Amino acid sequence: MMSKGTINILQLYPREMNIYGDWGNVLVLKQRLVWHGYDANILEHNADGEFPADVDLIVGGGGQDSGQIVIQQDLQLIAPHLRALAKDGMPMLIICGLYQLFGNYFKTHDGTVIPGIGVLDLETHGGTERLIGNVVASSDEFGDVHGYENHSGQTFLGPGLRPLAVVSKGEGNNSKENHEGARHLNIVASYLHGSLLPKNPAIADFLLEKAVTRKYGSFEPGDVDDSLAELARQHAGSRPR
Amino acid sequence: MLSVLVGKAVRAASRLRGGGSALPGLVVERIDPGFMGRALTGLQHGVVVVSGTNGKTTTTKMVVELLQGQGLTVFTNRTGSNFTRGVAAALLGDVDWRGRLKADIAVLELDEAHAVHFVQLVPPTHCLLLNVLRDQLDRFGEIDKTTRLLAQIAAKTTGTVVLNREDPRVASIASTVTDAAVTYFGLDESLRSTFPSDDDLRGSASVAPPSSLPADVVLESVDGNSASFLIDGTASRVELRLRGVYNIFNAAAALTMARTVLGVDARPAALLESLAAVEPAFGRGESLVVDGNPLELVLVKNPSGFRLGLKSFDPEGCATMIAINDNYADGRDMSWLWDVDFDSLAAAGVDMVSGVRAYDMALRLKYEDVRTAAVNTDTTAALASFIRAAQGRPKRIFCTYTAMLGIRRDLSRITDVKVVS
Repeated sequence: MMSKGTINILQLYPREMNIYGDWGNVLVLKQRLVWHGYDANILEHNADGEFPADVDLIVGGGGQDSGQIVIQQDLQLIAPHLRALAKDGMPMLIICGLYQLFGNYFKTHDGTVIPGIGVLDLETHGGTERLIGNVVASSDEFGDVHGYENHSGQTFLGPGLRPLAVVSKGEGNNSKENHEGARHLNIVASYLHGSLLPKNPAIADFLLEKAVTRKYGSFEPGDVDDSLAELARQHAGSRPR
Repeated sequence: MLSVLVGKAVRAASRLRGGGSALPGLVVERIDPGFMGRALTGLQHGVVVVSGTNGKTTTTKMVVELLQGQGLTVFTNRTGSNFTRGVAAALLGDVDWRGRLKADIAVLELDEAHAVHFVQLVPPTHCLLLNVLRDQLDRFGEIDKTTRLLAQIAAKTTGTVVLNREDPRVASIASTVTDAAVTYFGLDESLRSTFPSDDDLRGSASVAPPSSLPADVVLESVDGNSASFLIDGTASRVELRLRGVYNIFNAAAALTMARTVLGVDARPAALLESLAAVEPAFGRGESLVVDGNPLELVLVKNPSGFRLGLKSFDPEGCATMIAINDNYADGRDMSWLWDVDFDSLAAAGVDMVSGVRAYDMALRLKYEDVRTAAVNTDTTAALASFIRAAQGRPKRIFCTYTAMLGIRRDLSRITDVKVVS
């Protein structure tokens, strides 16, 4: 079958910001593109590297505190470009550590302020308690969202920013409100690992539709069987926190 | 002394009930916190602590058998009950009524977090730190935190700290050691890409630059079960019963520890002879016989372990089952499955996927284009139908810790399964 087109997926800092299965998100986007009849290229941006010119979809993951220090300077260098791409409708999936850094700032527990890149109007405060466990949250756009959180940052959204979903099991962005993640333009941001996309194909297809439409004007989905994902969601939802 | 008798009584009672290997340890810890320290102080060759994220059980078993081969009486916590209370429970079985241990040395496997607690009570003379790979992040949060736990074990060690020079996090612990001596084990340059450190799991496939640190024992080459070790500049080839390249690298760790403990008394030929005779620990590449064909159990609990397991065992001609649970001891987060490459199973496919999170695993295989013949979350039923469908073929089961315990229990009804106590 003729390919309907090629989408370039860019993974941000795969070495430092890929602590727990974030690769799964990239793999799911790549495979679903193929199942929908498109080709996929996977590109990387690493600290001190050249930011690739031809990018259709951006994926960023979580890292350890030490990884975040390594990428900090480079992230500030590419920040204006990322802000421009976001405004231009570039679909992005931003998880955990980079979710925090895509905000305005991260204030650590001892009071140090690490500047973010201001793509998302949110702020994060380092906490003493680590929020760990299974999460179920509900979204008007994507239905129930299933994942696993593991973070000590407490994230608060600015007044103009919508949460990705409302938590029914787990903590989400912080231990005060029931918000999980953020939605802005074509960006989906979240604390959830799992990996997030395998068990949430609706979010994967949203990102793909935006990427393909932005490049080719319209998205023609293929026939993808998500019955295994549906069963995995059911079992995940029934597990303890 | 009374506490020893009470502990022994609880141990006898709980064994009659057929379970709870750690309960008597918990009781004695509660009523007599000094029990463990008294029993373990004054052993002629001291106390060895083995820790790290991967391969503790098999490595401990190797160190024990290497030292026994040199004529030492060794106390160890064999059951894989690697919490402090597990050590106390094992001690209760071996001490006399006055709480004295008849042994020359204790070699103890300890979980990273419990080891920190243990070394406060009993400072070890030696410690062997294997690796820090992403595992149980739901317990420890970050792998750098795990490194700090291991550094605390090293800090309490009075004699020698043995480190894996190929793992940058473990090797970095050397700079924090002030009182003890430091010795390394390592890999030949040609093998370093086979054992990626945690940083090399994903992304640019670069491996850290070769280490210039001197190693007491270097694993030079591996060919199936045959391995060559460079010991003190002399190369020796050994045919091992252990399966899996990760176990063979840990053999270099065990040899280094045995040589460190014995010093000039170590007899190299006897060490290698003992090493060749070591059988796999239960569930760690353990081989059973079902319907006249071999069935191997391969414990998998984190991405590096699963990757090395897949690399070690050729799927060709073999029926494969994977059982993934998410109980506390397995880790609740399924993200780790996405850090494992399963393409080596693409040609042969997977015959059965089971465990509480069978559908997460099946979904993972689907995204790697690996064909799955059947999925059943009920492990007992899945095992029976796997054995039936794979009749006449060798079988292999990759399983998480609690899935392995259940599968061994089920298998003990139809074949010979060694009881570990």
